[in-house]
This record gives sequence, C-alpha cells and structure tokens, in this order.
Amino acid sequence: MIAELGHAALIIALCLAAIQTVAPMLGSFMGYSNWMRLGYSLPLGQLLFVAVSFVCLAAAFLSDDFTLKYVAQNSNTELPSYYKISAVWSAHEGSLLLWALILAGWSAAVALFSRTLPLLLGARVLSILGAISVGFGLFLLLTSNPFERLLPVAPLQGADLNPLLQDIGLIVHPPMLYMGYVGFAVPFAFAIAALIGGQFDSAWARWCRPWINIAWVFLTLGITLGSWWAYYELGWGGWWFWDPVENASLMPWLVGTALMHSVSATEKRGVFRSWTLLLAIFTFSLSLLGTFLVRSGILTSVHAFATDPERGVFMLAFLALVIGGSLMLFALRGPAMQKVAAYSGWSRELMLLINNLLLVSAMTMILVGTLYPLIADVLELGKISVGPPYFNFFFVPLIVGLVVAVGIAVFTKWKTTEGRLLLQKIPFPLVIALLSALFIPLFLGADSQLFSYSLSAALTLFLAVWLIATIASDLREKIGSDRARMAKLSRSYWGMQLAHSGLAICVLGVGLSTAYDDSRELRMHPGQTAQVANYQFQFVGTDKIAGPNFTAHRGHIRVLQQDQLVTNLYPEKRDYNSGGQVMTEAAIDPSLTRDIYVSLGEPLGNKAWAISLQVKPFVRCIWLGGLMIALGGLLAAIDRRYRRRSKHSSAIRGGA
Amino acid sequence: MHPIRKQRLQLVMLIVVAASIAAGLIAYMLGQNANYFYTPSQVVRGDAPMGISLRAGGMVVENSVVRSADSLEVSFRVTDGLENLEITYSGILPDLFAEGEAAIATGKVDSNRILRATQVLAKHDENYTPPEVADAISKAYQLKQQNQSPSQGSLQ
Repeated sequence: MIAELGHAALIIALCLAAIQTVAPMLGSFMGYSNWMRLGYSLPLGQLLFVAVSFVCLAAAFLSDDFTLKYVAQNSNTELPSYYKISAVWSAHEGSLLLWALILAGWSAAVALFSRTLPLLLGARVLSILGAISVGFGLFLLLTSNPFERLLPVAPLQGADLNPLLQDIGLIVHPPMLYMGYVGFAVPFAFAIAALIGGQFDSAWARWCRPWINIAWVFLTLGITLGSWWAYYELGWGGWWFWDPVENASLMPWLVGTALMHSVSATEKRGVFRSWTLLLAIFTFSLSLLGTFLVRSGILTSVHAFATDPERGVFMLAFLALVIGGSLMLFALRGPAMQKVAAYSGWSRELMLLINNLLLVSAMTMILVGTLYPLIADVLELGKISVGPPYFNFFFVPLIVGLVVAVGIAVFTKWKTTEGRLLLQKIPFPLVIALLSALFIPLFLGADSQLFSYSLSAALTLFLAVWLIATIASDLREKIGSDRARMAKLSRSYWGMQLAHSGLAICVLGVGLSTAYDDSRELRMHPGQTAQVANYQFQFVGTDKIAGPNFTAHRGHIRVLQQDQLVTNLYPEKRDYNSGGQVMTEAAIDPSLTRDIYVSLGEPLGNKAWAISLQVKPFVRCIWLGGLMIALGGLLAAIDRRYRRRSKHSSAIRGGA
Repeated sequence: MHPIRKQRLQLVMLIVVAASIAAGLIAYMLGQNANYFYTPSQVVRGDAPMGISLRAGGMVVENSVVRSADSLEVSFRVTDGLENLEITYSGILPDLFAEGEAAIATGKVDSNRILRATQVLAKHDENYTPPEVADAISKAYQLKQQNQSPSQGSLQ
C-alpha cells in the first residue's frame, strides 16, 4: 500500500512539473503575470510530493517489503537500519529518485529565495527547471520505477546491499555529489532564460553567482568524500583511480570551477558574457553526461546497453535534447550577448582567461580518455581501457600551470596591471618557493639522505609554497599593521584565499604522498616483524569476530618506531552472511603528516597471512585541502553583497 | 590587410596550431596507454603482441591457483573454454578472486606465452561477469560449435 502511495505521489509530482514547465513560460510570452507567478508556487508542491514518494520508498526499506523488486535487490533483514536508509540510493532507481528529490529541492529554493528577481526572468528560470524535472520524472516512471512489485512470488529474504556500500562514506557521498550535479541545473536554467530573453548583464551574473558557488561547494565535498571513501574502504590505499565513474564527477567540477571564475569577470567587468553562458550550459551537460555514464550501464558494457536499450536510449535522447537544444539556442542568441570591454596586459581578466583555458583543456582530455574506450567498442576497434599514465601526462602539467597562474593572479588588477607592479611583488614569494623546493625535500626523504632527494617532492613544495606565499603577501599588503582593515575585507575575498590555500594543501598532499609513499606486500607469520619507512610492523596474529551481518578474521599488528609502540592496528577480512562476499577492511592510524595503512590479504595456511603495509606521508592533506576549497566556496557564496543587493532591489519592487 | 584582421588571423592561426598539437598529443598518448583485451585463446595461439602491456582474462580454472611457499608469488590459469592461459602475479589478490570465477589481468606476455601480471581484477559482485570475459567465452563457444566439438558441458 505504501509503495502505491509513493508511486502515486511521483505521478502527481510529474504532473505539477509539467504545469510548472508550460504555464510560467507561456505566461512570460503572453504577459500573464498570474501564470508567471504560478511558477513560484508549483515547485513547493512538487517538492512535497517527491518527498512523500521518497519517504514511502525509505519506509518500504525499513519494513523489509521484499515484494518491491528494488528493495529485494538491495536490502536484507539483517542490514542495520541506517544502512537500510542509505540503501534507498544505493542503486539505479533509488538514486534517480534522490536526483528528482534534490532537483525539486533546488527548484523550491530558487522559488523561495529569488523573489527579488524580475518576474519575467524568475518565471522562465523556474519553467526550465520544471522541464528538467519532467525529463527525470518520465525517466523514473517509464524506465526505472523503484516501486515495481515482485508479484505474485516475493522472496522471503533480500539479496543484501553490496558490502562495499555499507559504510558511512556511502551514506553521505551520493547525496552530496547529486546536490552538486543537480545544483548546476540552476545556472543552466538562468543561462537558458537569459538566452530566451536576450538579456544578460552584470545583474544576471550577480543573481547567479551564489547558486553556482553553492552547487560547486556540494560537488567539491562529494568528490572529496568519494576519494576518502575509496581510500579507506577499497582496502588498498589508493585515493584516485581515473576510473570513468570518478572522471564523470571531475569533469563537471573542472568546468564548474571555470564557470565560477568566468562569471566573476562577467559580474565585475561585463566581459566573457557568451563564454560564461556557454560554460553554464557545459557544466550542467557534463553533470547529465556523468549521470548517464554511471547510470545507463554503458560503462559496464556497451552490449548491456544495446540489449537493454530502454534506459540508455531515453537518457541519450534526453542528453541530446538538452545539449543540442541549448547549444542551438546559444548559437542563435549567444554572440549577440558579447560586449566588447577593453582589457590588456597582465590584467585579472587575462589571468581568468588562462584559468578557464587550463581547466577546460583538462576537462577535454579527461572526456576524450573516458569516452574513447566506449567509442572504440561501438566501432569494433577492440576492447580498450585507458590507463592512468594517459591522464597523469596531461593533468599534471595543466595543474602545475594553473597553480603558477593562481599565484600571479592574486596580484593582478582588473582592466590592466602595470608590469612594474608585478615585478615588485613576484620575487619575494618566488624566492621562498624556490628555497623550500630546494631544501625541504632534504629533510623529508628516508633518513635524510641526499640520494632520497625527490624531484617530484621539490616541484610539489615549490607549487604549494608559492601559492601560500603569494596569498600571504597579498594579505599582508591588504591588512598591513592595521588589524581593523581585516574586518573590511569581504567574505568573498576570504573565501577566495581560503579556497586557493586549500588548493595548495591539496597539491601538497597529492605530491608528497605520491613521492614518499612506502608500501610492502608480504607473507607474515605470527610474531614476524617487517620494516616499512621508519616503522616496524609486528604481526601478532588473528582471531575471529562477529559483526551484525558478517563474521571476520581480525588481524592484530603492533606498529613500533625505535622500539616505542606507536599504535595497535586491527585490520579485518569480513565474510558477509548473505551472498558470501568477502571484503577487506583496512586499519588506519591517521595523522596530518602521515597515515599508517594496514590491510589483510588472504590466509596462506599455517596461520600465515598476506599482509599489505603502507606508510603514506601527508595523504590526509588531500582531503583537508578539499574541505578548505569547499569552505572557501561557501564563504564566497554568503558574501554580504549578494544580500544587500537583494534588499535594495526588493525595495524597488515593493515601491513599484 | 587591415591590422585588426591581421591580428585576428594570427589569433586563429595560433588556436589552430595549438589545437592540432593538442589533438596529436592526445591521440599519441591514447595509443601509448590503451590496454587492449585479448582472450586466452588469442594469447595462447600467439595472436597477442609480446612485451606490450595488455589485458587478458577468463574464468579461473579449478585447482590451478598455486601459491609459492615463502613469498606472495602466485600463478593460476584462466580459460575461455578453449585454451588455458597461464598467469603469474606477485602480491595480494583481490577479495573477489576465486577459482571458477572471472578474473582479468593486466600485464605483459613473455616468450613462453605466460602473462606476467602487474594487476589482477576480479568481478565486482556475485551476479556480474566482466563483459570482456563473457564475450571471450561466447566467442570461444561459437568457435567450438563450428568445429563441432561435442564437449559443451564444461562451459559455464
């Protein structure tokens, strides 16, 4: 019964979305302001009904209703109840429902917080968001209905949630990622509305910026969490694999980052207008492409896609409609938006242009590397996988260039910057960075030997210190000795500096953990000791333990440094009761400067085990940097200027 | 030519040159880093190149997994139903690796047509067989049918 209620609620939500698409758009052309205002109330109703539908599905999971196919495939009576909730979005149907819920949430937020927008623009934005909701609602109901029954014969027990997904990281990661993906629907809708209306100015950019920032913050958090989850849950200590699923989330992030920088130039100086619109379209298109790649089954097999084409074809058609339609509109209207504004030399505009060029290039090469195996398979060129060296070869130099440019950009001014000014400011951070790159690696390598001097560590330190030093010297110049001036700096300025510092920390983590990673895989008997980096690992033995829905071998490893106990680690090898899946649960001793990472391989008989021992210096900086980047974006989004402006314009509206 | 036009032409030329260099580089790197998949039959017949990184996989043959007594050296055979390919690897095998299940190895084929793997991947869950392996097995099966070999029961 509850499932039917959820199904019905979803249908009602689709109908509301359909009206939301048609009425405000028609109204905007015919001049019916009542119709346009309808666009502001319908999203709230849509959110209510999608939420009801979502709660119904969650209830079905909590009550172990295995007559529902989706529940039977992804849950189990033994599953702890918090995992039953997260199992709602663990597979295709439920995660699309989450997509729809989040889209309804964003639409409602736009309806609530954009009352200061001109009615015409607001109505069109909400209409376009409605159209996207219709697309996803149809997709859910026609091809991926989570409320499908397994009647008349329902199983007594579910197939269980994949053990890899039974983890806190996977409870939070997908909603974060989807908040980001779907959030970019808002700037997309703004861009399309601007193209339809033929009006696009600095005010548009100012309205749009907080939305872009918030969506970007969620996407940043989602990617960071995903990388962290892969690190501790997959059991072998990697944090990025250039896997198509990861690439699918990185591509919209790169273009989204380009968008948030380009829109700042559009707001402040009115330049890059059509480029900003194009980026808004691209960012959302790549979000859709990401959903398509991950959810259509095309990655696991082009043939699976061909034999069960319903979902894939729908998504491909939807993708083609969104990308094709918006690019067509852009081709017709976009060039007219461009306004020539002069900038020259080392202006901030030029630096932002370089930023955009590097980020979009990085996205393009990832896109090619991700799609090439699919295209090759379709064309029968053979079954190919593109290895990480391809991605690293392009990504690393582009990021190196980006970091160098970010450091210079801090000193530049809008319109034009005197070369003399730059020549004054650059040497100090440059010298500090060069000295750090030269000397710090001497102390970081194993036993501080000259032979262990690492060039990649030197490059990493140069970049990170360069970035931090440029930020610090800009802060010193802005604040000087007068502390009171600190309060005058805007939140978006602090946000920028925090996010750029986060980039430096992230670069530090990536570079140093790669350069100084020390790991061994070996066969160990109880009592045996092994040396990795400057730690001794003593394998004490294993015992058997029982969890809520698994049993496990638990190893005990004592970690010592110069005969002093550092920590005891207990990695597990879990055996899940349903389905008989085996899973490695690594044990980690974390700290800011190094992680000790231990995982059990397989039993080799005679109480011996295959054991992986790893010491990963500064690896935690990767995610710390990610968090700082996200926090910086958040700070910029809550800058006072956006709210002050809205009060101002609401006063005008009230008076009119 | 008008100076502005000349400037534009230079810009366009620059973009075209830069884009072609980038495209060429991408194509080259893709060629260098694309690992092609070969079936066990192809490798054993000698159709796969030697000394180049490639992928091969199939069902792990029952009782073929041999661990060395004092290290993490391991060898096993994979089959597509026609031929058995010997694979050697040093290190920890993935959780889902098991005899009778699908596995894919990345590595180089040596002169004895043994694949020295640098990475071994096992299937992702109990219902799923990697498409490459499924494809290899069905190809081998078709070949067998053509040769009218009666032993079909050994294929899963």
